[in-house]
Amino acid sequence: MANRTIEVDYLARVEGEGALFVKIENDVLRDVKLRIFEPPRFFEAFLRGRKFTEAPDITARICGICPIAYLHGAAQAMEDACRVTIPRHIRELRRLVYCGEWIESHVLHAYMLHLPDFLGYPDAITMAKDHPEAVQRALRMKKIGNDLMVLFGGREIHPINIKVGGFYSLPSKAEVRARIDDLRWGLDASLETVRFVAGLEFPDFEQDYEFVALRHPNEYPFNEGRLVSSKGIDVPISQYDDVLVEEHVAHSTSLHTRVVGRDTCHVGPLARYSLNFGHLSPLAKEAARDAGLGETCSNPFRSIVVRAVETVFAFEEALRIVDHYEDGMPPSIEVAPRAGTGYGCTEAPRGICYHRYTIDDRGTIQDAKIVSPTAVNQPQIEKDLWDYVEPNVQRGDDELRAVCELAIRNYDPCISCSCHFLDLTVERS
Amino acid sequence: MPPITTAPVAETRVRTAKPKLAVWKFASCDGCQLSLLDCEDELLTVVGAVDIAFFPEATSTVLPGPYDVSLVEGSITTPHDATRIQEIRAQSKVLVAIGACATAGGIQSLRNYADVKEFTSYVYASPQYISTLSSSTAIADHVPVDFELRGCPISKQQLLELLNAYLHGRAPTLPNHSVCVECKSRGIVCTMVSHATPCLGPVTHAGCGALCPAHARGCYGCFGPKEAANAMSLGSWFTDALKVPDLDVQRAFRSFNADAAVFAEESKRHGE
Repeated sequence: MANRTIEVDYLARVEGEGALFVKIENDVLRDVKLRIFEPPRFFEAFLRGRKFTEAPDITARICGICPIAYLHGAAQAMEDACRVTIPRHIRELRRLVYCGEWIESHVLHAYMLHLPDFLGYPDAITMAKDHPEAVQRALRMKKIGNDLMVLFGGREIHPINIKVGGFYSLPSKAEVRARIDDLRWGLDASLETVRFVAGLEFPDFEQDYEFVALRHPNEYPFNEGRLVSSKGIDVPISQYDDVLVEEHVAHSTSLHTRVVGRDTCHVGPLARYSLNFGHLSPLAKEAARDAGLGETCSNPFRSIVVRAVETVFAFEEALRIVDHYEDGMPPSIEVAPRAGTGYGCTEAPRGICYHRYTIDDRGTIQDAKIVSPTAVNQPQIEKDLWDYVEPNVQRGDDELRAVCELAIRNYDPCISCSCHFLDLTVERS
Repeated sequence: MPPITTAPVAETRVRTAKPKLAVWKFASCDGCQLSLLDCEDELLTVVGAVDIAFFPEATSTVLPGPYDVSLVEGSITTPHDATRIQEIRAQSKVLVAIGACATAGGIQSLRNYADVKEFTSYVYASPQYISTLSSSTAIADHVPVDFELRGCPISKQQLLELLNAYLHGRAPTLPNHSVCVECKSRGIVCTMVSHATPCLGPVTHAGCGALCPAHARGCYGCFGPKEAANAMSLGSWFTDALKVPDLDVQRAFRSFNADAAVFAEESKRHGE
């Protein structure tokens, strides 16, 4: 028992494939590795030679769970390269369709992937036998989010209606307003969700994170802002590569991100919330306070509460935009290719998603760089595991395995995005 | 009008235990398996009719094989996966390949037209850590496949029809005509005829409900080639009648189903 390894060969309820390896020698933690073995797909390589207008649809295929993050990031980067500014109504509608993705993704994670850990079930389907109301509520909320993506994107997975310059077509005001009742129901359901998850038991585990997120002067960030951190980063997204760097490690097909001159960083709901609390709506702030959250949150286990608060915000924001929707707006603007480099960074449900492209004067892509949020979080997840396992090494393997999986799922890691995830191995020797 | 004939009773299988369903993933985006979780209205009914034996994206429960039905997402791109698919086939009574990656190599099969070593060193600082095959290929290139669901992503209605048909011991009713037929049945005006927008609809397998033409854009072929598609004729229409540059025609045929034979062949006629 003195020396042991714990291995989880397949991490369940994460999007993608990975494994965890923990090595303990004489009750001293020696190694923690989050192995991502999602096969490499080489997006950045094969984007070279493709047309700038193809990047949104192609990069959407990086992730079936958050395609909007890629559609928008790529479209915005190309608009930046071509020096065009999209009109305000298109920007608003991009926020609206992003609300759909946030709702769909956050509800999927909070109820179907994360909550079963807290309540002690293998999955949401088994959980439905004891908590039918919660699961039914989740499915309906998730559907309302997906419906928004279908309305503006054509379908929920890999939407076809989003392009460089805007949308191919727009729905009628009547079709859009027909969603109001559902969205109002969803807003109530999201408030109920905050109350529900606030009552869960959370381990006492605060971390000194460097939070990184977008920050906009007067909005909670979805589609744009400066890149800021809780330890002093404050740059335009065009300087992303000056402050965050990627490293290639042997045990992962996903590149690891570090802050230049410092250490790991944390992106996603906790980071957005902690850096932008002031821009949440009054209702979302009140829900957060009632749930016992402060203006920042450094306990990753509470991320389920923060996701619920962000879902409240997403429903409110969707209602605000739907209320102002009018017929007859042009669906897009013309974007002519122009040689140069463009940057796009949006807040995917799991955190910032960065795109950089260089195109020539015919619009052919010469160079591409895309960083998914899970790639940024991966070394931070390893650090959390290290800090969490170390004081608990004497616990049994099964118990350790369970808490490690929970600690990983706190990040809602999307491994197909970053490459992929989880198998746990604990080696004790 | 004669009554609609039903399947003979003898063909109807009677089940005593719930079938065991497994969902497997290879190189992919997870979108096709997510389609099952996106069946919000039907999910609890579907999972009530089967035993979910292996579906790591949704559950920690793992039941041992053999499996009655395996849904396989993703393409084969690594030596390890080429072995794993053989093991899964051996454990599965019925194996269904779902989505463009599993049926036609997916977008990652663009590597099949390039030097994968160069790709690896472009993306990764230490290419020696990466184990990958030089091509991305469909599941059917490795093992016998009992059924294929097309699309990037698949249609969740088609997935439900497939599972429903399986549970009732009948053949699934899934159209194998082109997107054009779906367009006509919806009364959508032809994008090529009316505004000279290139459209892969005439050679693309149905299943999306003519989604792109309904949104004022040409079909980009995400369901892959239909049976007996005449891609050469359409490619010639693009270049000759619509004056689309050869390189753009090549890109159109070389995307999410880049390793589908009909599209691959036509792509080689253009731009090289």
